[in-house]
Parts: sequence; C-alpha cells; structure tokens
Amino acid sequence: MSYVLVFAPLIGFLLTICFGKLLGDRISQILTSSLVLASTLISFFYFFKFISNDTAIINDQIINWLSSGKLSFDWSIYIDPLTSLMLVIITSISFLVHIYSIEYMSHDKSKPRFMAYLSFFTFAMIMLVTADNFVQLFFGWEGVGLASYLLIGFWYHKNSANKAAIKAFIVNRIGDFGLAIGIFIIYKYLGTLNYEEVFNGLITLNDKTISILGIEGSIISFIAFFLFIGAMGKSAQIFLHTWLPDAMEGPTPVSALIHAATMVTAGVFLVVKCSPIFENSIFVLNLILVIGASTALFAATIALVQNDIKKVIAYSTCSQLGYMFVATGLGAYHIAMFHLFTHAFFKALLFLGAGSVIHSMKDEQDMRRMGGLWNKIPITYVFMIVGTLAITGFPFLSGFFSKDAIIEATYYSQSKFGGYAMVVCILTALLTSMYSWRLIIRTFHGNFNNINLDLKDVKDSGLIIILPLLLLSIGAVSSGFAFKELLIGIDFIKFWDNSIYFKENFELKHPPFWFLLLTPMFATFAIPLSFYVFLKNKKIIDDIKARHQPLYNFLINKWYFDEIYDFIFVRPIKNIGDKFWKIGDIFIIDGFGPNGFAKIAKIISIKAVKFQSGFLYHYAFVMLIFLSIFLTLIII
Amino acid sequence: MNLPILSILIFLPLVGVFFLVFTRGDEHFIRKTSINVSLITSLLTLLISIFIWFNFDKTTAEFQFVEEKKWIRDFINYKVGIDGVSLVFIILTSIIVPICIISTSNSVSVRIREFLISILLMETLMLGVFCSLDLFIFFLFFEAGLIPMFLIIGIWGGDRRVYSAFKFFLYTLFGSVFMLIAIIFIYFEYGSLDVIKLLQIDIDQKYQKYLWLGFFASFAVKTPMWPVHTWLPDAHVEAPTSGSVILAAILLKMAGYGFIRFSIGLFPDASLYFAPLIFALSIIAIIYTSLVALMQTDMKKLIAYSSVAHMGFVTLGIFVFNINGLQGSIFQMISHGIVSAALFLCVGVVYDRMHSRNISDYGGLVNKMPFYSTFFFIFILASIGLPGTSGFIGEFLILIGAFKYNYLIALFAATGVILSACYALWMYKRVVFGKISNDKINNLLDLNKREIISIIPLVIIAILLGIYPNIILDTISESSNNIIETFNQKINLEVVKNE
Repeated sequence: MSYVLVFAPLIGFLLTICFGKLLGDRISQILTSSLVLASTLISFFYFFKFISNDTAIINDQIINWLSSGKLSFDWSIYIDPLTSLMLVIITSISFLVHIYSIEYMSHDKSKPRFMAYLSFFTFAMIMLVTADNFVQLFFGWEGVGLASYLLIGFWYHKNSANKAAIKAFIVNRIGDFGLAIGIFIIYKYLGTLNYEEVFNGLITLNDKTISILGIEGSIISFIAFFLFIGAMGKSAQIFLHTWLPDAMEGPTPVSALIHAATMVTAGVFLVVKCSPIFENSIFVLNLILVIGASTALFAATIALVQNDIKKVIAYSTCSQLGYMFVATGLGAYHIAMFHLFTHAFFKALLFLGAGSVIHSMKDEQDMRRMGGLWNKIPITYVFMIVGTLAITGFPFLSGFFSKDAIIEATYYSQSKFGGYAMVVCILTALLTSMYSWRLIIRTFHGNFNNINLDLKDVKDSGLIIILPLLLLSIGAVSSGFAFKELLIGIDFIKFWDNSIYFKENFELKHPPFWFLLLTPMFATFAIPLSFYVFLKNKKIIDDIKARHQPLYNFLINKWYFDEIYDFIFVRPIKNIGDKFWKIGDIFIIDGFGPNGFAKIAKIISIKAVKFQSGFLYHYAFVMLIFLSIFLTLIII
Repeated sequence: MNLPILSILIFLPLVGVFFLVFTRGDEHFIRKTSINVSLITSLLTLLISIFIWFNFDKTTAEFQFVEEKKWIRDFINYKVGIDGVSLVFIILTSIIVPICIISTSNSVSVRIREFLISILLMETLMLGVFCSLDLFIFFLFFEAGLIPMFLIIGIWGGDRRVYSAFKFFLYTLFGSVFMLIAIIFIYFEYGSLDVIKLLQIDIDQKYQKYLWLGFFASFAVKTPMWPVHTWLPDAHVEAPTSGSVILAAILLKMAGYGFIRFSIGLFPDASLYFAPLIFALSIIAIIYTSLVALMQTDMKKLIAYSSVAHMGFVTLGIFVFNINGLQGSIFQMISHGIVSAALFLCVGVVYDRMHSRNISDYGGLVNKMPFYSTFFFIFILASIGLPGTSGFIGEFLILIGAFKYNYLIALFAATGVILSACYALWMYKRVVFGKISNDKINNLLDLNKREIISIIPLVIIAILLGIYPNIILDTISESSNNIIETFNQKINLEVVKNE
C-alpha cells in the first residue's frame, strides 16, 4: 500500500507527460486527480492508524540505490507519525489543487502538462518526506525545486516568468549547497547517511570539535548549521528569500500548493526531522530563533505596502514560516509542526481565494485596480474572510491555536534571544492583521478602480473552484481546534512518539492571563483599525506615506535585497566571467601559448629563410665556422 | 576461453573500414551503403562488448580476457586485457559510436564515406586504448587517435576549421612527446613495458616525479585541464556534430583513464606528491571555466567550457585516493560521456536547421519543437547534476570523497554545482523559452525519426544510471577497490623504507 501512496502520482505524471495529447485534456485531469486522491486516502489511513497507535513505523526498502565502498543507501519508504502528518498535508492540498486547476486553467492550451507537473511535484515531495536517508531527502529536495522551476516558468512565453523560475532554482541551489555540505560532514564523521544510524551515532560526536575556514566549533553544530542553510533556502528565510515573491509569476494554484502549503515548509520539516542533531547545538538553535523571528518581522513589514495581491500573500508566507522557525529554535518542534499544519489550510485557502479573484478579474493581480468586489463575488469574499480570520489568529480559528502556542513558548523560553523573539512575534501578529485586512479592504471594499473591465462582467468562479475553497475553509476553521490536543496537548508525546527528539522534556506552561489575551486582542482590534485607516480615512495613510517617504520606498522596494544582490553578486560574477574569458583565455593563454608559439615559429622561419641566400661564399663561410668548432671539440 | 575476443572487438571496426574502401557505385549508393555498413559494424561491436560484459567476472580485480603476442622482438608486445574500469569505457565507446553514425547523415553532406572511415578508425583506436596492457601499444592507440580527429575537424569542420585542427593537433602532440620520452625511459630502466608487470614493481622514487610529469603533460592536455584547455572550445565549435560527440564523449575520457591506470598505478608516490597541484588546477577548472561558460554566446562553446568544468571534477576525484572519489570519477566520466554527447547532438539538431550556433539567434523553440525541448531539458538537468540523473551520482561521490580528504577542496568544488545551474539553465532559457524572435524558427520541424532514435537511448541511460547507478558501480567495484588498496600498500611501503 505504501508503494501506491508513493508511486501513484509518479504514474500520473508519466502517463500525462508522455501521452497527454493522446488522452486529451479531460482524461488527463481526471487521471492525475484520481491518482493523487488514491495517495490522499492512503495517507489519511496511515495518519489515523498513528493517531490510534495502531501501527508501527513503516520502513520499506524499495531497492538499493547506490553502494560505493562503505557508502550505501536505498530508495525507501519510511513513514512515522511526523511523516504521516506531512503526507496528509501534501496529498490533501495537492488533491484540492488538482481539482481547482481543472477550472482555473480551463483557458490554457497545455492542461495535461500542467497536471503532469503538479503530479510530479507531489511525487517529489512525497519522496522527500518518506526518505529514510539523507540522499533520498536530497533527491526530493531538488526534485521539488525542479517542479517549482517548471511551474513558475509554466507560461514560458513570459520573460519575467522564466527569469523568476531560474532565480528560484538558483537561490534554492545555494541552499542545497549548504544541505549537501551538511550531508558530507555527516558522512565524513559518522560513515553513514541513514537517518536512524546517524541519529544513533551522534553520541560519538559529543564534544568533538573541528575547524572549518578558521572557525572552531563542534561537529554537530557545523552539521546543524549547514543543514539549516538548506532549510533557509527552501523555506525562503531572510537572505535567501528573494526567490519566493518572484515565484508568484507562476499560475496561482501552483503558488497555493508549492509556495505556501508544502514545498516551502520542507525546511521546517528538515529541522524537525533532524531534531536529534539540532537539539545538540544550542548555538544553531539560537541562530534559527533569530533568523526565524527576523524573517517574520521583515516579511510582514514588506507585506504591508505591496500592491500585488499574490505578493502580499507570498510575504505573509515568508513571515509565517518565520514563526515556524521560531518554534523550532525554541525546541518546540511539535508546535512548529502544528503551525505548519494549520498554515497549510489557511494559506492555501487565501491563495486559492486570491486565485478565484484573479480568475474573476480576468488575470488582474494589482489590488489598485480592484475594489468593491464583495457583492459581485460574495462566495469568494466569504472564504477570503475566513482565511484572513484564521491567519490573523482570530479566537478559536486554526491560526489562533497554533500561533498563540508559539508566542506562549517564547514567553517561557530559556534562550538568550527568547525575549527578542517574543516581542517580534507579538508585533508581527499585529502587522499580520493589518496587512491581511488591508488586502481584504483593497480588494473587496471601496470603489471599483479598473478601467479595462466592467464591474458587471465580474462573476464568481464556478463550482470546481468553490469546492476546494469550501473544504479548505473547513480545515482553516477547525484544524486548530480539532487537532490541538493531539499535536500539542499535554499528551502530545503519545502521537509523536520517537519521531521528534526532545533533549529535555518539553513542558508547555501557560503564561499569565493578560499575556494570553494580548495577541487575540491585537488581532481583533486590528479589524476596525484597518477599516478605518484603509477605507474610511485614507488621508492618514497618505500622510504617513508622505512624511516617511524614504521608509516607504525602503519597504516597497523590499528592503532593496534584489538590488544589493545584483550589485554584489550577479554583476561582478558576470564581469569576472567575461574577464576570465577575454583576458585569461584569449589574451594570456592563447596569446602566449599556441598563438605565441605560432608567431615565434613564423619569425624564426622568416629569419631562417635569410640563410638561404644563394651565394656560395656564405655557405662556405658557415661550413668553415662549424668545421672549426667541430675540430676544436674533438681536439679538446 | 580461447577466442581472442578483445582483438575481435578492437579490430572489428576495421573490417567495416575495409568494406567501405571497396564500395563502388554512384554517389547516392555510396552514401547509403556506407552508412548502413558502418552502422552494422558498430552495432556488432556493441553486441560483442555487451557479450564481454556478460562474461566478465565482477568478483575479481584481475585483468581478464588477456591476450599476448610478441610483436617486435622483446621490445613491444601486443598485449590486451581488461578489468572493470576498462570495461565500462569500452561499453561507453561502443554505445556512442553507433549513435554518432546515425546522426552523421544529418550533419555531414560531403565525402560521407571518408568521414565514416575516420569514425570507425577512431573506434578501433579508442577501444585499443582501453584494452592495452602494454605501454607502447597504449601510446600508439592513444596518439593515433589524433589523426582521424584532426581530419574530422580539418575536413568536415566549419569556417575556421584549419586553425582549430592545428591547434588541437599541436596541443596534444606537445603533450605526447613527454609521455613518449617517459615510456622509453621506463623501458630502458625496467626492461619491460608490460603493464601488469609494471604495476607490481615499485618504480624508484627518484624517477617517479619526472615520469609522472611526462605522463601528466599528455593527459592534462587531453583531459583537458586548465590552463591547457583552450583547444577544446575551438575544436568543438568547428567540428561537425558527430565529431564533437566523439571528442566530448570518449576522447576526453582516455586521459582520465590514463590517470587512473598509469599515474596512480605506476607512480603512487609522485601522485601523492603532485596531488595538491591537481587539486589547484581542478578547482580552477571548475570555477574559472564555469564563469567563462556563463558569458558564452555560442552554444557549442558553452557546452565545451562546461565539459572542462566537469572534467575538473573527474581529476579531483581521482587524486583524493579513496574509493568514493575514484568510483565517482569513473562514474562522472561515463555520465559526462553520455550527457555531453547528447547535448552536442541537441545543438547539432538545431544547427542543421538554422545553421547558427549563436544563442541570440534562438528563442521560443519550445513552440515549434516540443519533443526536442523536452529531451534537451532532461540533458540540461543531467548536466547540472540533478538527483535522479547520472550527473548527480558522479558529482556526489566525488564531492563526498573529496570532503573526506580535505573539506576545503570539496567546499570550493561544490560551488561549481551552483554555477553549472546558472549557465546551463540560462542558456536553455534563451534558446528554448521566450517568444519566437527569429522568423526562421517559425518554419522549424520537430525531431525526425533518425534524431529521435539517436537521442532516446541516451535519455534512457542518463536516467537509468541516476536511479540505479549500481549497474556501473558493481562492474567497477572490485577493480577500483584494488587500485586504491594497491596504492595504499605502495605508499605505506615507501614510508617504511624511508624510516
């Protein structure tokens, strides 16, 4: 059964990519969707078995992948509680996105290709989470990167889409580089790449230090550090985040599946999966905490001013991923997973809702050209409100439980940076509310501002788009409430079992009541505030904008990250490449090498020609000289 | 087995040459017959090499199928035999040549018979290189390969073919002189050129360094290593498609094979001594040529530069002296043989239609050539080492081996993995994606049957080797273990002596 779970999407991919034209659009869509549905059902089956503690960990060796010397690893299927939760998220969101795409892409010419890519992504993501060794993880890791590349660049006639696709792939490769280095260190010092053997072997590395590039540190810290670099790339944390907003060039279902619910959470999954490693490195945990908190705040500030509806949600994703890393940095891995779980629902809901808006607006994404849509597309409006309430942590919706759990964890943190994280998390929660409501207001309220489109023509999307939204909103409302006890309750260890490692027993104490009230209060308070400043009295915003022009520019230009990277990396690298080629290869190597020799040979031959002067006495003279030299040598 | 199977393998292509020489008839008939004859010959060669593979005993590191004949008194013996390492290169050669011949009929229009004769001649010589167990006949095969390649570039090449052909010839000849001197010296000092015997004795340390340098001069040029790599881009650019394929897929691998068999095997101490030099040159090759590749405007030049970078990984892996690095290098050579061959075929496909190699002349190909774009993409992915393709396995093993030896080397080399993604994807984007910018592209046809036949096997191999690399690793495991063990023994022996 586990084989079906893993390979059903692959079969869907292969069939549709090879025979897409033959099968036709409709059959391709049905085929891929139903195969993913099969995976979904099996995932739920395993998940519920783990909930009822009814099954042991599944570990199937499909085939030996590679063995070279002592190095050996398999293609494998490994399912423990952690993986089963990931599988449920991946397959169910993927299935809904498959369904949604049938209508969303109905005007596109290459539907089978789109469905095939979605299925391929699903397969790669499943491979990533079901690995029992680091190399298969790496396979899935780069596989989802490839799927992301293909889907961002799906509309290949658009230059911006192609650029964004390449950018996503290369920034991810920088992260992958880190991950690979981490894997190399593991193999060098532990001699294996199998998770279980690695985690068991860690004890032999305690207190061993090495120095890399002159920096002295414990081996485990180095491993954790490099693995985290990989996680930063995939999960778009600050410094390696620049690809995620650009990735919005892809079709919206892709953004929902890959760039919100699943692929970008792979980094969090990696850290949680490798908790035995991270738990042994306080330094890296603190680093994760700081990076996570900073990303949360930084992305939220940018989301406040963006005008593209998808970019706002993209930065919001960045920010929420920051929250998850804060939780892992505190050692609260299960809370991170809980937030990952609820986030998948409400963020996919927001993206697909935004997609529905874009679909109704005939591919318009700029919020400045929207407004007043709420009574034209009421169903979408309701779902977007549900998503927004969930993400802002409105009481008793899913985001409320998971986000507050993270903030509570910061309160009792022993970490040096716990205070920083706490302040940032609460502040970000307020900002989250602001930018989320700003999105709703700009899109659905106020005046309709689009001159290209008549408001009468804006219609709500069809049933196939609405249905996934409905299912997701059920998840967004209830997933927090329903799974709270199971995933982060008092008895959380019963579900997680050994799939997460805690060095010390993790106890979630409840902070004082006023602290508990703080975030929900912000979230609720932000609603009228947002309506006031973004709708009723826009002057305030304009005033602030005018008075703090530099700050506004700083935010709207996304902290100038792209420009800085272009200046310190992209252009110099191209420049150096050009110099190496024109000066290094052509001028120096060829100039002094083969061409130089050729020139010298030519000069010598011209000189040599002069010897053949044709005068007999010249030859006689030369003969005489050499004869005398020869004689001299013999005599001596 | 008494059948001289290796000799049959090596000289079978010559039988094809014999038939080709005596074909008579009008031009059309000659064209058709020579393609058929050479294709059949090369396919038979492939069959024989597969037959050898099945009969090969993977459990031992001994040389197998050994044949020996006295040729010139005691001086030169004709001695051939293979171990696992040679075997995989033999199979690579016999897979690539038929594909080359299939693609020839598209890219070569004049004197096709003479062209095919050169190709078959090359096959004999290349197979000879991988089978030789006598230094002198190794040298003969190794250097004689120059001549047909020189002709292929010089006669069937592009506009600047003469310059490129001579550059190629002079560069490689320059290297060979030193190797010849080294070989002659070995004969006079040790009285034999028999590789099996030489591998067992310890060559005196005071000579090792000079001899190593002699071999190195030749191998470095052929690999090619930085800074003696500049002949390669020129040769590739001017060579016809099938010439490029052979050059990239097999000719470059002879040097890597030479490093493994002779440099490490015969001169272990010198290899250890010079390893830092190799590391420096390899890392420069990886980073420098990747950056140069980034700026290329000519597709073939770009792929040629990427070849230099990939071969940088190979030399790196060989000289870290551990099993992962060595097996990674061998695997990388096979993988690069398949992938670079395919990439050159892909460039050839559009060159035949558009007569341009300039990246800027293309754009939007995917609209007109979807199949082509798909295959091209798979090879780009294999070239940038995506897991699941053959390119990943080689680079992964090499880096893991290098990291065991010295983390800094691996750290630098691994940046090449990022850079390769940059130049390869960027080129692919400019050629295949975007809007159709050139009117000519509107009239392009997708792959024809012959092109599909030549590309499909390479797709299958590139993916199969990525998913199940043990096909190759099993074959080479004993032999490569043996190479590393012998190396370590010899090194330890020397240390003991010095003490």
